[in-house]
Formats: sequence, structure tokens, C-alpha cells
Amino acid sequence: MTDIAATAPAHGHDHAHDDHDTPGFFVRWFMSTNHKDIGSLYLIFAIIAGIVGGVLSGMMRLELAEPGIQYLEGWAGILDPAATEVQGKHFWNVMITAHGLIMVFFMVMPAMIGGFGNWFVPLMIGAPDMAFPRMNNISFWLTSVAFVMLVGSMFVPGGSGLGAGTGWTVYAPLSTSGSAGPAVDMAIFSLHLAGAASILGAINFITTIFNMRAPGMTLHKMPLFVWSVLVTAFLLLLALPVLAAAITMLLTDRNFGTTFYDAAGGGDPVLYQHLFWFFGHPEVYIMILPGFGIVSQVISTFSRKPVFGYLGMAYAMVAIGVVGFIVWAHHMFTVGMSVNLKMYFTAATMVIAVPTGIKIFSWIATMWGGSMRFTTPMVWALGFIFMFTVGGVTGVVLANGGVDTALHDTYYVVAHFHYVLSLGAVFSLFAGFYYWFPKMSGRMYSEFLGQLHFWIFFIGVNVLFFPQHFLGQQGMPRRYPDYPDAYAFWHLVSSWGYVIMGVGVLIFFANILWSLVAGKKAADNPWGEGATTLEWTLSSPPPYHQFNELPRIA
Amino acid sequence: MAGAKQHDYHLVNPSVWPLIGSVAALVMFFGLVMWMHEDYFGASGKWVFGLGVMGVIATFFSWWSDVIHEAHTGDHTPVVQLHLRYGMILFIASEVMFFVGWFWAWFDFSLFPVPIEYADGAVTSLFGQDGADTITMWPPKGIEVIDAWSLPLLNTLILLCSGTTITWAHHSLIHGNRDGLKKGLWLTIILGVIFSAIQAYEYSAAPWPFGGSNYSSAFFMATGFHGFHVLVGTIFLIVCLVRTYKGHFTPKQHFGFEAAAWYWHFVDVVWLFLFIIIYVWGGWGAPVAAH
Repeated sequence: MTDIAATAPAHGHDHAHDDHDTPGFFVRWFMSTNHKDIGSLYLIFAIIAGIVGGVLSGMMRLELAEPGIQYLEGWAGILDPAATEVQGKHFWNVMITAHGLIMVFFMVMPAMIGGFGNWFVPLMIGAPDMAFPRMNNISFWLTSVAFVMLVGSMFVPGGSGLGAGTGWTVYAPLSTSGSAGPAVDMAIFSLHLAGAASILGAINFITTIFNMRAPGMTLHKMPLFVWSVLVTAFLLLLALPVLAAAITMLLTDRNFGTTFYDAAGGGDPVLYQHLFWFFGHPEVYIMILPGFGIVSQVISTFSRKPVFGYLGMAYAMVAIGVVGFIVWAHHMFTVGMSVNLKMYFTAATMVIAVPTGIKIFSWIATMWGGSMRFTTPMVWALGFIFMFTVGGVTGVVLANGGVDTALHDTYYVVAHFHYVLSLGAVFSLFAGFYYWFPKMSGRMYSEFLGQLHFWIFFIGVNVLFFPQHFLGQQGMPRRYPDYPDAYAFWHLVSSWGYVIMGVGVLIFFANILWSLVAGKKAADNPWGEGATTLEWTLSSPPPYHQFNELPRIA
Repeated sequence: MAGAKQHDYHLVNPSVWPLIGSVAALVMFFGLVMWMHEDYFGASGKWVFGLGVMGVIATFFSWWSDVIHEAHTGDHTPVVQLHLRYGMILFIASEVMFFVGWFWAWFDFSLFPVPIEYADGAVTSLFGQDGADTITMWPPKGIEVIDAWSLPLLNTLILLCSGTTITWAHHSLIHGNRDGLKKGLWLTIILGVIFSAIQAYEYSAAPWPFGGSNYSSAFFMATGFHGFHVLVGTIFLIVCLVRTYKGHFTPKQHFGFEAAAWYWHFVDVVWLFLFIIIYVWGGWGAPVAAH
């Protein structure tokens, strides 16, 4: 019997740990236990998934550019030579499903939490790595195999064609009796795998943030990005298992004869919607909260001022996280719920505007009187505030149970959630990417290309999504591949917006390539006085293992 | 920043198990899909599934062997042990939320019952011709329930008893009494196995099949997932017993044992909720099936 605690010295027992030689290629990238390498893997993964999800949305905008169905049958025919009109329309459903699931689970979440969270939470709290470095790696690989599973589902039958055509919400009974074949089962298991990865990641982040802050860094001194990841991790930890239960019921209903969602056996399809949105609403905050954190760091840095109302900002995120768990049924106002229930969920939803307003106004107050510099990350952060505010006010409109009865499942909702996510979350991702790119790569990006990327992307997404408000108010339903001629004009405008945005994305890739090849060497702190967090005290890129001697926070 | 590390955190060496485990999980789930759709994939699904399960088990075994090895070579400093405690508590918190989903289904069905009749393994709608309910009740008309005060009550006592025996083992460990540790663990494991055996008998004698009605669906899946957790907890305790015989665990450092004990208590508490909500309250007023 070995008495471990008493005999082990605190450090130095194993000199392999003190080696600063980076391991060989396979060991470094496939067996990693290094938070920065795993963060880089996540970012590369998110970019690849983002390309797949973005190409899918481009195909959808191409189909929607004019009334009538132009391309679907041909696209379905690529995988299934026997495809007819029915398979073509099913392929439409497969595209909307895959676009949603990929962007949520394999682009935004891996980039925000897996990428930036992994890279910068340990650096910002002065820790040498995550609490569970090996578990960190399985989160990444489980996410990867989940993506393989989801992409694989597009090649097997899923009802009236190949692939899962259920929408990202996977509502029963379409996803149960409405989709025979293995595709939906593969999509369900993909969500199980991605969910397990996220739960393990959440455990890792919470443990790291609570236990590995450098001496002197109290919770109330933590950078706001770390606060945002902490709140996000709690939402992941508590929301994802409920989704796991919900989709397990789908699975047994589909394959083993249970009747959870089948009214013929006393089940209740609305139960699925409750379980799904009890997860789904926290999920939308999971996607946006880390973005709040990134924007706070960027605005503070380039206004050369501490964030206005730091504690209010931190606890506003906590409040958003808590209230986010008790508003879910505002996604279901049209299922036939009682007026009293609608009143509760309307009121509770509107309450969220309060902490969100605290954040918007505090960002503005941070800039007020600051010495602002409109660098690329800063313009992305400012774009974020504008976009998120537009999406936020349409959110307040939709929060009304009465109004939502008319707007539910229209393009108004599509415009709303793309303003908060595709524009809000993605703008914060770009802000974070440009802000931390010099730290991660050791090279400066091209400021000209960065600004050009911003302006073209900004114009593109607004042309793309703003007209969708008009379409929705006129009654254009979401998830349809065809529409009457009355909607043709704004659909065409929207599709041209996609083209503009696509050009912006190409400039982004050009910028990355140019910077990696020819970018100037980045200083330890390229942003000057405003950048006060610990990652800027390290070299660019940081050493393989940082903080061998823990920093002390005054 | 060069120089030896001056902190107590554990910088883990590179490991291949996360990659192998993830691929094994993919193979396992894909094999299950193949197995569920033999008409499309052919008959090899169960073998693919089995291969994946073996890979997952091999990963668990090797990964945690590595962890135990690291503990014995001194990587588990006090702060690392604290991490492990946080990790286990958070994991159990996520498990609690998983069961919330199953209880949610049960409450949905039992608090807002629909008028159905269950007879001879088939469900009949009791909506009248005008669409109005004729009989709305829970459990559904025709369901005969398992007597809560028979085997379920016995199982409740068995699990509560096992909660005390694991605490006996824990106290013995803390006071350096390894004999008591072994006895407590043996008793806990035996009680766990008896619980599982009784549960298996109860399933085989259940008055309704697995699917078909919301009652049996929610009953089997909620108690079934609990049963699965009992099996996992029992295996966890068996590992602790083997480690005890190998001389592992000290009065000051025995996180593996603690985690197993916490997990066992969690499983115990879930059962208490199942017993009260599903067996007692959820079957109240319904005719009792003869065993």
C-alpha cells in the first residue's frame, strides 16, 4: 500500500513533465493534452464545419432566389440516381436540418467554447492548463465523430429520401413515424455524442475556473470572458442531459415500440417540444454568452478603459443564464397552451431584456469617453452590438404570445434568430478571432483585409437577413423551398446578400493565409495599454506550457 | 517562462485513449444503428456494435488504469484531488438532469392523462364520438400496477441498507480498518446484486410488455435507466473492492472509493424518487397485478 499524499513531493517527481520539447506530429495533434493545441484543433474543426454549413445555406439561397423549384431534384440525384420530385423536396428538408445542426453544434459551439474557451480561459486565469487535460481531448474527438455521424446520416434513407429531414428541432411525430430508415437514428446518436462531449467540456471548464485561478484572482477579478464561459458551462451541464433524455425517447419510440410521443399509445408529441426547448432555450444562450465575453474584452481593450459596471456585467450573464431556464415555452406558443401559461412565458421572456439591456448599455458606457481605436476586432465588436440589438428587439416582439401566434414559423423568426446568432454570435467570433489571432499564431493579420472583410460581410448579411423580416410579416413560412410570386423580390434580394457575404468570407480566408505566410511578427501585447488580461503578458504565441511559475494578481 | 514547474497542477502526458475511445463510441453507435436497421445494413450490425462496446470498455479500463497509476506516482496532489471531486459532483449533477427528463415524461402523462384503455397489450382510445373524453384516469384504464408495497418496498429497503453498508466501509477506511472496508464493500455489492436480481425478476413478471402504452414506456425507461446506473455503480464498487485487496486507498487519499460511494448514494436517491413517484403515487388507486 502506498501512501500517496504523504510521500509525493508537490512537483519534480517526473521530469518528462518539465520537458519543453513539443512532441511529434501524431502525438501532438492526435493525443494532445495541451489546451492550446486542443483549442486550435477546435478552431480548425469549426472552420471546416462552418464551410459545410455555409455551403448548405448557399444552396438554399440559390434555390430560393426565384419562385418555383429549380435545383432540388438534381441535387438529390447526385446521391440517389433514382431521385424524383419527392426525393428533391426531402433533400430540402435535409439541407435545413443539416445547416441548423452543423452551425449550432459543430460551428458556433466548438469555436466559442472549444476554441476560444480552451485557448484563453487558462491563460486569462493564470493557469498552466485545464483541470482535466486528457478529458479535454476526448471532448474534441467526440465532437469530431459526432460530426462524422451527422454527415454520414445524409447518405442513408430517412423517410422519403436520403438523410434526416426533420429540422434541427427533430420534432415528433415527423422524426418518429414520419421518418423511416436509419438517417434520423444516426442524427440522434450524433446529438448524443456531441452532447456527451459538451457535458465533459462543461465539467472541465467549471472545475478549471473554480480551482485553478492564479493566487489573488478572486471570482470578482476574473475577466468577463472567463465569467461568460463559466455561466455557459453551467447551462451546458444542466441543459444537455435533458436533451439526451428527450432524444433517447425518440429513439425508443422509433425502434422499440414505446409511445412517449405517440398519442395512439397515450403519449404526447408536445412533451417532446417541452423537453427539447428546456434544452433549446439555454442552448441559444450557450451560443451567445461567450460572445458577450469576447465583446467585453475587445471593447475594453480598444476603448482603453476597464469595462463599465464590471460586476453588473458579470451578474447580468448569471441572470441571463438563470432566467434562460424558465422561458422555454415561448418557442411553443402555438401548440395550444392556455392563456395563463402564455402570459407567464411572455412576461418571463421579456424579463431577459433587462440583463441584456444592462450589457448593451454597459458596452456603450465603456466606450463613452474612452480613447477608441477602430481596429478590426473593434469594428466587429461594434457590429455585434448593432446586430445583436436588432435581433434583440425583434426578440421582444416575438416574446409576446399574441404577436407570435401570427409570426410563429415565419421568416420573421428566421430573421430574428439569424440576427442574434448568424450575425451576433458570428460577429463576436470574428471579433475574437482577429483579437486573439496575433496571440495564437504569433503573426499580425492584415488590417486592410480585416476591415474589408468586416464591411463586405456587414453589408452582405444585412442585405441577406433584413428583407426576411418583410417576408415574415407578409406570411412567408420558414422551411419551404417554394413560394408564391409575391415573395419573389425580397427573396432575390436576400440571395444576393448571400453572395456579398460569401465574398466577405473569401476575404477572411485570404487574410488568414496571407497572415500566416507574410504577416508581421506579433509583439507580446500588440494592443497596448488597453489589453490588461494575462494572456498579453506571455509571448506570441505562448510557450508550450505557460505559467510554470504561477502569476500573482495584486 | 522556462524552468521547472513550480505548481501542484497535473500536466497530463499525451494519451491515445481519447481518440480510441471516441472512435469506439462512433463504431458502437453506428453498429447499433445497423443493428436496428438490418433490412438496410444486413445482419452484421450486432457484431459492429459489440466491437464498439469492447473498444469503449477497453478505453475505460486503460484510461482509468492510467489515472490510478498517476495517483500512485504522486500526480494527485491535494489540488488535483479537489479537481477530481469537483468533476465527480458535476458529473452527478448532469446525471440528475438526465433523470429529470424521464420524470418529466412521467409527470406529463400522469398529471395530464388522456382517455385511453389498455387491454391485452393494445391501447384503445376512449375519446367519445363527439371527441369529448369519456374516461380520463391515471394509470390508464385497464392497467394493473405492480404492488408498491411488495418487491419495490423490499428493494427500497435493500438500497437504503446498502447506503449504510457503504458508509460503514468508508468509516472503516478512514480509521484504517481495512477488514471493515472489505466487509462493507462486499455487503454493498451483494445488496446491489440482489437489487438488480429482484428488479430483473420484476421486469420478467411485469403485467405489460415494454412498449405500447405511455405507462409502460415511461415505467420501463425510467426504472430501466436507474437499473443501468445500479449496474454501473456495482461495477464501480467491485473495482474498489479489487483495489482494496491490491492494497490501494489510504485513510487520507481514496478518491476512487469516494467517487464510487457518491455515485452509489446518487443511485439510491434516484430510486427513492422512483419508488415514491412511479410505484406509490403513480400507481395509486389502480388495481394491483397478481404476482
